[in-house]
Amino acid sequence: MITGNVLSAFISNEWQLQLTILLPLAATLAIRLAHKRPNVREAISLVTSAMLVLLSYSLYRNLSLGFELKLVWFEVIPGLELSFTTEPLALLFALMASFLWLVTSIYSIGYMRGLRESGQTRFYQFFAIAIATVMGIAFAANLFTLFVFYELLTLSTYPLVTHAGDDKAKSGGRTYLALLLSTSFIFFMLAIMGTWLVAGTLDFAPGGIFGHQAAPGTCAVLLVLFILGIGKAAVVPFHRWLPAAMVAPTPVSALLHAVAVVKGGVFTILKVCSYIFGLELMPDLVSSQALLYLAGASVFLASLVAMRQDNLKKRLAYSTISQLGYVTIAALLANNAGVIAGGMHMVIHAFGKITLFFCAGAIVIRTGKKQISQMAGLGRQMPFTMVAFFIASLAIIGLPPTAGVWSKWFLLQGVLDAQQWLLLLVLCLSSLMSIFYLLAIPVRAFFPGSEPGPRSSVRQEAPLPVLIAIGISTLACLLLFLFPQPLFDLAAAVTTTQGGEVR
Amino acid sequence: MIAQLPILQVIVPLLAAPCCLLVGRSKLLWFFALLASAMTFVISLVLLQQVQESGTIHYSLGGWSAPFGIEYRIDLLNAYLLLIVSSITSIILLTAHASITAELNENKHKLFYVVFLLCLAGMLGIIATGDAFNLFVFLEISALSSYTLIALGQKRQALTAAFRYLLVGTLGASFILIGIGLMYMVTGTLNMFDLSERLPQVEESRTVVTAFSFLILGVCLKLALFPLHWWLPNAYAYAPSVVSALLAATATKVAIYILLRFIFTVFGGEFSFTTLPLQEILSVLGIAGVLTASVMAIYQQNVKQLFAYSSVAQIAYMMLALAMNSTNGLIATLLHLFNHALMKGALFLALAGVMYRLGSVELTQFAGLGKRMPWTMAAIVIGGLSLIGLPLTVGFISKWYLLRAALENGWWPLAIFILLGSLLAVVYVWRIVETAYFSPAKAGHNQIKEAPLRLLLPTWILVLANLYFGCDASFTIAVTELTAQALLGGAP
Amino acid sequence: MNFFELFNYWVVMLLMMTGLYILIAHGNFVKKIIGLSIFQTSLYIFYISMAKVTGAIAPIIQQGVELYSNPLPHVLILTAIVVGISTTALALALVIRIKQAYGTIEEDEIQAMDEEP
Repeated sequence: MITGNVLSAFISNEWQLQLTILLPLAATLAIRLAHKRPNVREAISLVTSAMLVLLSYSLYRNLSLGFELKLVWFEVIPGLELSFTTEPLALLFALMASFLWLVTSIYSIGYMRGLRESGQTRFYQFFAIAIATVMGIAFAANLFTLFVFYELLTLSTYPLVTHAGDDKAKSGGRTYLALLLSTSFIFFMLAIMGTWLVAGTLDFAPGGIFGHQAAPGTCAVLLVLFILGIGKAAVVPFHRWLPAAMVAPTPVSALLHAVAVVKGGVFTILKVCSYIFGLELMPDLVSSQALLYLAGASVFLASLVAMRQDNLKKRLAYSTISQLGYVTIAALLANNAGVIAGGMHMVIHAFGKITLFFCAGAIVIRTGKKQISQMAGLGRQMPFTMVAFFIASLAIIGLPPTAGVWSKWFLLQGVLDAQQWLLLLVLCLSSLMSIFYLLAIPVRAFFPGSEPGPRSSVRQEAPLPVLIAIGISTLACLLLFLFPQPLFDLAAAVTTTQGGEVR
Repeated sequence: MIAQLPILQVIVPLLAAPCCLLVGRSKLLWFFALLASAMTFVISLVLLQQVQESGTIHYSLGGWSAPFGIEYRIDLLNAYLLLIVSSITSIILLTAHASITAELNENKHKLFYVVFLLCLAGMLGIIATGDAFNLFVFLEISALSSYTLIALGQKRQALTAAFRYLLVGTLGASFILIGIGLMYMVTGTLNMFDLSERLPQVEESRTVVTAFSFLILGVCLKLALFPLHWWLPNAYAYAPSVVSALLAATATKVAIYILLRFIFTVFGGEFSFTTLPLQEILSVLGIAGVLTASVMAIYQQNVKQLFAYSSVAQIAYMMLALAMNSTNGLIATLLHLFNHALMKGALFLALAGVMYRLGSVELTQFAGLGKRMPWTMAAIVIGGLSLIGLPLTVGFISKWYLLRAALENGWWPLAIFILLGSLLAVVYVWRIVETAYFSPAKAGHNQIKEAPLRLLLPTWILVLANLYFGCDASFTIAVTELTAQALLGGAP
Repeated sequence: MNFFELFNYWVVMLLMMTGLYILIAHGNFVKKIIGLSIFQTSLYIFYISMAKVTGAIAPIIQQGVELYSNPLPHVLILTAIVVGISTTALALALVIRIKQAYGTIEEDEIQAMDEEP
């Protein structure tokens, strides 16, 4: 409140909007210049991320929820311009991403130093670029701008994925790049071009841009192209990049799989569904039912695979695929509860999953263990980490006292409203499975029973910055359970814009 | 003076070439050649501005008026291409001194500049002239000089590559000559404007159809349309780096100009696309070219050869866009003429930098260069991304129009093939990126330094142009839109 | 339109195809150049034949002559001949260099040598 006003006294809203993108880019340069002094470098990283949180927060405070602030950078081709706007969904995404970047920055200091990783400057640099592109995705005012930053995000995270530089990292990076680029180059690009030809514009608008004259058949095809094209949402069959990208260092996995990349994907889907097609048009499209089943299959299959993974990060990756399916379903349901559920779950899953990845990283730093089977009895050694893991698991599954309850609640409501009985069954089954594959880990860590494992009762927690980061994100999972109102308001504002003028 | 600009455009390099023989030192020669090409650049700028202001410029050579004398006509298409060729050549020439000092013997420098300027004169002449036979003469001037330029390459393969190019090029030019002769037989004129007026009266005759076929075939040989492209990769790969850059960035563009001129101005779009199944031929060959050449590029070990195959693919894109036979398709062709010149210019100049330091452009040599030559490699990455068609680079602009034209024509499958082609580009560009950034440097490479500024600066001028015109395409689109409309609207 | 009326053009076609065949079929670089020259020569004949007007004389103004052949193709083909000679000269020069570099001017042998690493 105060901060927002103070900032606004100095910086106009337009500049605040631009700075969300420009600031991390400037930080990239500063980080490069300070590459000889790690302390300065990391201070820059932290300060920038803190400022970014302030900026997003100030934008959130200062703006009534609409499309009123619009900022055009330049026009590339007549009608195609790079422009930005603020709207509820964007703010939701920006707030989440900037806040979690701050947390991840704290975490990566501990992690990178703890493991003495090489190429740390490059790491922080591309990290900052990635966050700048995420901000670009968030505030994009049209599909073209979104596409630009979407591709830039893929490219800027590629060096992060291949950070290790060995053959495994290279081949993981190859899969990552190949799938994300091929889906976006072929399907997404075609969908954008098709939209442009049918609707004559690419601007996001409340209630969609197709109007009533567009042929429903064409729109149905376009919807398919969009869902397939947004590969970052990891809908089956284009999900392979996500486990492949697990070769990355853990902070990267945390950023990719909780904040930047995958959330960029589902955010794009949410945005396309509500501002390109509009909730009115969506249910009429023949393809939306088929796509719902595709997303359902994604949820179900990924959960099945997750149960069979022994590598912790791989299991988390498949769990992410499954959870992303929830958001996709929520977006495709195209009713009020669905949109609210989509927006909320995007955020809550981010907090939960990032905590899980943080914990996985903490375990690696202290014990070097990556396999779940080796983690029995770990609760004695790392009680704090394992408790955090437990709470975050609850958030993902959707059990109280964590925020996960709310999004799952609205999602179920949305499914019931749309009378999708089969999907209801799939979601319930998948939740049961997630109890099994997530909760089993902390349970076995605390109660190893007769299983072989470390019996050492010496406390061996990860470095302090890592613990702080884990603490913050875990706390957020709990706090959002108690105070979900701002989250709900933002997500709900998306639906109220839908009721407004329909072009 | 201003009135003489159309001829000065050609005469300046043509006269400068023999004057080079009088200049002694290599550096002085370079400066002189640079001056000449910079002059052509300035002239082309003024010409473009004049054309935009007051329409087509006519210039009668030696005061003999049109049907009898040779006429130079500069309309928007000519002016646009003159600008592309002269600007890119000037930038490429900036690197020439550093690059040929590393790659050529001292005693060949003089020859190099003479022939280089002749080649430039030939290309500018082709574009400036409005006379079909004059066009053939300039075509041969530029072709003969480019054979010589290629033969200057260090390795002996350069000789065979030049020889093969000579055979194919002469064959192509002869076909064009036959076409011109046949046209003259039925119309009695060589002036392109007159031809365009008289041909419709006789378009039923078999002679005209034969003439058209010969012309198209000849030009397609010259511009390396798949499957007539086999001479190109070796010619690009073994020529001196500056020459590769020149050929890749400008030579094929000129051939495409000839094709556009004949199809749309001389014969008229309607005739061209109804007499021959041009749409089917060009689109099928285009698609096949894009896919085959891109796949071939993936398997190359020599990076110059890799980009040479990529050039074949890019030419095929332009033909594909041409085959759409629509305003947007034509805009895509014209845009890509310019954009591709920027990309390939940047890429081949960056390779000149690698050649300068390493003396080789084998892919294995690139290992670890990301650290050793960061600026050069960054140029290759950005040039490569542009080739792929990433938004905010020029490649995206052309791809956007190409795709738009394809969808407007309702050619869905084609659109998918086009996008598939850009994915293949990802693969071959990424092979370089991976090797440069993620492979450990070779043993002897610890001493490798960044390319000198004389090479880096021109490279980065082109790289930045790639980004600038990718972010703000209003200039290129404005020009190409008008040009495309003029071409489709019939004679200018 | 009988055979002899188009006699010149038949010869042109014959020469053209001969040249093209030699160019493609022979592996020897000098023979290829010969083929190319024959091909180009057929073009010269083509242009000259085209200039012929039945019953006309050479285009030199004389008293009492009404009909002249068309001089323009003659001029054109003079240029083309010059171009052709330059091409042949350049090609021969290249062949000499190839002979020096490879020791042979047979295409298949050169190809084999190039493919060796």
